[in-house]
Amino acid sequence: MEKLSTVPATALATGLTPDEHDLLAALLTGDEQAFGQLVDRYFPAMLQVARGFVRTPSAAQEVVQEALLAVVEGLPRFEGRSSLQTWMFRILVNRAKTRGAREGHRVSFGCRRGDRGSHRNDSVLPESTSVSIATGSSTIDPTAPVLNQELGEAICAAVDRLPADQHTVLVLRDIQGWTSPQVCEVLGLSDAKQRILLHRARTGVHARLLRSLNCESALIKLQGLSSSPAA
Amino acid sequence: LRRREELRCQQAVELLTDYLEGALSRRAQDRLEAHLKTCDGCRAYLEQLRATIAALGQVRLATPDPKVRAELIELYWRYHAGSS
Repeated sequence: MEKLSTVPATALATGLTPDEHDLLAALLTGDEQAFGQLVDRYFPAMLQVARGFVRTPSAAQEVVQEALLAVVEGLPRFEGRSSLQTWMFRILVNRAKTRGAREGHRVSFGCRRGDRGSHRNDSVLPESTSVSIATGSSTIDPTAPVLNQELGEAICAAVDRLPADQHTVLVLRDIQGWTSPQVCEVLGLSDAKQRILLHRARTGVHARLLRSLNCESALIKLQGLSSSPAA
Repeated sequence: LRRREELRCQQAVELLTDYLEGALSRRAQDRLEAHLKTCDGCRAYLEQLRATIAALGQVRLATPDPKVRAELIELYWRYHAGSS
């Protein structure tokens, strides 16, 4: 096919899926529909990841916009050594980290000294600050029909309160369904460190769910989910 | 609970994500499973963790605002018009 000849030769021989290959070829020809497809496919997760690093939803949106433009500009030089998705999220995370550092917001990646033993009582994690959860700022859709609305909102709030490193790992692993190697590749983490962050994030969300919902009602709702066929 | 027992539970809880990820050594997995067999609290905690993961898996991220989407496509179009 004529269009495919525009994909860099290196990309042909490497980690691109056939689907990504076609998308990349179309993007390189300036195909607006293909870009719309890219936005629809990745924008929601990109926005949610960016939210972990910056203070406001509008800042997160700006970061995603910058990242998408950087992706478009970089496409002709993209060598396909990783998947398109991995490459895009690397660009996003780098930009979000830079923006977050400029804002002095949240933490960067890497284990902080002493963190390993920080959740001794996982069901009663202390809240370090007053609880002022802006669920309205989340990019999670709390009205998604599969979740009970109260539980959906509580999950939004709990996820939004995680530190950036835990937030990103949790969003990509448990909400987006990425595999551990995919997350490690994007974030430059070892598998072990990724699991530590994932564990902290999961136990943090669980503890906050118990605190924000009535404990008993949270357990009933969670049990309902774990026994449903979708779980 | 005796102090020794508390520590064992704490260690078990620390291993649960590794357990769910299949990242434990055979020996560590056997030790954890032996603990879970005898500890109602840790077993319940594991089930809650599983349920939390299931709940997270059902979260749907908000789709882009149509206006934002249109703006992004406009930027893409301008970039390509300018670079060709």
